[in-house]
Amino acid sequence: MTPVTSPPRGRAAGADGPPDGSGPGLEAEDVQAAFDAAVAADERIEPRDWMPDTYRSTLVRQIAQHAHSEIIGMQPEANWITRAPSLRRKAILMAKVQDEAGHGLYLYGAAETLGTSRDELLDKLHAGRQKYSSIFNYPTLTWADVGAIGWLVDGAAITNQVPLCRCSYGPYARAMVRICKEESFHQRQGYELLLALTRGTEAQRAMAQDAVDRWWWPSLMMFGPPDDESSHSAQSMAWKIKRHSNDELRQRFVDICVPQAEALGVTLPDPELRWNEERGHWDFGAIDWQEFREVLKGNGPCNEQRLHRRRTAHENGAWVREAAAAHAAKHTATHATGHTADHAADRTAADRDDRVEPAAAGPAQPNTAPDTAPDTAPDGAGAPSASRSTRSRA
Amino acid sequence: MTSPAPPAPATLPLGDDALILSHRLGEWAGHAPVLEEEVALANIALDLLGQARALYAGLSDLLGSEDEIAFLREERAFRNCQLTEQPNGDFAHTIVRQLFFSTYQQPLFAQLSPVLPLAAKAVRETAYHRDHAEQWTLRLGDGTEESHTRTQRAADTLWRYTGELFQPVEGLEVDWPGLAEEWHASIGDVFARAGLTVPAGPSEGAWSAGAGRQGLHTEPFGLLLAEMQHLHRSHPGAAW
Repeated sequence: MTPVTSPPRGRAAGADGPPDGSGPGLEAEDVQAAFDAAVAADERIEPRDWMPDTYRSTLVRQIAQHAHSEIIGMQPEANWITRAPSLRRKAILMAKVQDEAGHGLYLYGAAETLGTSRDELLDKLHAGRQKYSSIFNYPTLTWADVGAIGWLVDGAAITNQVPLCRCSYGPYARAMVRICKEESFHQRQGYELLLALTRGTEAQRAMAQDAVDRWWWPSLMMFGPPDDESSHSAQSMAWKIKRHSNDELRQRFVDICVPQAEALGVTLPDPELRWNEERGHWDFGAIDWQEFREVLKGNGPCNEQRLHRRRTAHENGAWVREAAAAHAAKHTATHATGHTADHAADRTAADRDDRVEPAAAGPAQPNTAPDTAPDTAPDGAGAPSASRSTRSRA
Repeated sequence: MTSPAPPAPATLPLGDDALILSHRLGEWAGHAPVLEEEVALANIALDLLGQARALYAGLSDLLGSEDEIAFLREERAFRNCQLTEQPNGDFAHTIVRQLFFSTYQQPLFAQLSPVLPLAAKAVRETAYHRDHAEQWTLRLGDGTEESHTRTQRAADTLWRYTGELFQPVEGLEVDWPGLAEEWHASIGDVFARAGLTVPAGPSEGAWSAGAGRQGLHTEPFGLLLAEMQHLHRSHPGAAW
């Protein structure tokens, strides 16, 4: 864990009051001014800094939705792990789905720095009170869908997420640096998967085109509603949580994809797609926002099954988490009475710090306190040891 | 029924063990009891898949490409032990299967590492798999009444598939009785610490229906292969 080393902003030196600015030292308007100045100067807000309640809750909402998207997003791709048509592709896909679990861990960790535990957020997801990206409510019907998700869905995600690496909230920004690196790797893999298909047999080419036909429009919807209907955008832009509008990012994505589709040899399913010399951008057809709203409301092809599977995995795992907690509690009690526990489970993970160590990271541990929650530094220092590199073998 | 396929190269059973157990672990993706285990089970699955690919690469002159070996052989040509093909069951079942297998695979690889086309890395990997399974066995055996019951049931169910592990594989220079002895000692130790009972069975190993090393498998294996091979086989000659 990397401690926050910079002095907390908005708190008087040596003050031990709560980080909400109510402690001794500074008046409310001073901390607000310090916060505003920091945001204006493009400085990072850190967990112990004072921040407005709405800034905190906006971040928690956004980070939670992002974390939930990572773990729900495992499902459509995991659907093809057991059927991957080559051992190389199987390894790549398993590593990718594993990365998504790792991203979930970083992001829940970032939310914990704001005082919200993973359990609390998972409960909200399972109760349907927090959302995940609607794109994962579409089914993966063929192997080519794995490629289309990599190329288009991860591509759209990267377009959305690269600006978040400069987000004003430090832990989130640092998590995003790491996630974006991995996502761009996934995107290249997806593109390469599709390329193998479009250069393959007639049946493989048809499979690739069919996947692109089904994933193109939902990918454009990933940028959210048009700017004039986006309810959270203005405040998020002012706080520098968000840097570009939905429509700007969507246009950027279309402009990137058109030449890539050409290189792949697939057609994007939009007859209105044409280069606009004047704008210097590709024009594209109208998005079916009715479909977007329906999927968002829960009426997409897989909403129910995705959430059901998530809840089922969680419920089926309850006895495992209880067992780990009970074992840990017994062990703690043993220590308290002076006995030496001689359990392998108590060994440290020092000899393989790139592994997930259930003893260190499992449910047996209490939730990390906000101040010491994993800081997802891009260089990996102090980051949750979620996912070791599997690249070289993929 | 047809008779078992002709003798296979000595390292094929090791590659098949790794591939098939990797496949089973891959089925956990999205189903694990906690996010950390999504990552950990995938780590183990990826290690095993890497081992299988390395072992298959060493057999390419005899058996063709890694994909031909994995996707185009019939059930009888697979030489994995039956333990590795057993369905995941609940988390306890998966952990006990992993404990039984990794406690076997790690010393086996250690003995064979000078002659296997596997880096020393594989031995280190299997040591991690074993440690992971041991730690969870302790937690589950000692955790709650429910976790204890589930873990004991898994051990009782899977025990019959462990005898096969120590059947000598022709062409592999291994001290098989020594391996079996070491395995029983280790499992006995972990079970004692976890408060679990080692299932009854002849001293040389459990009574075993195991004949996976001869190409005879259990019912769930056909379904596993059907799922694993169908896409590859549906597009003969295609590159992926």
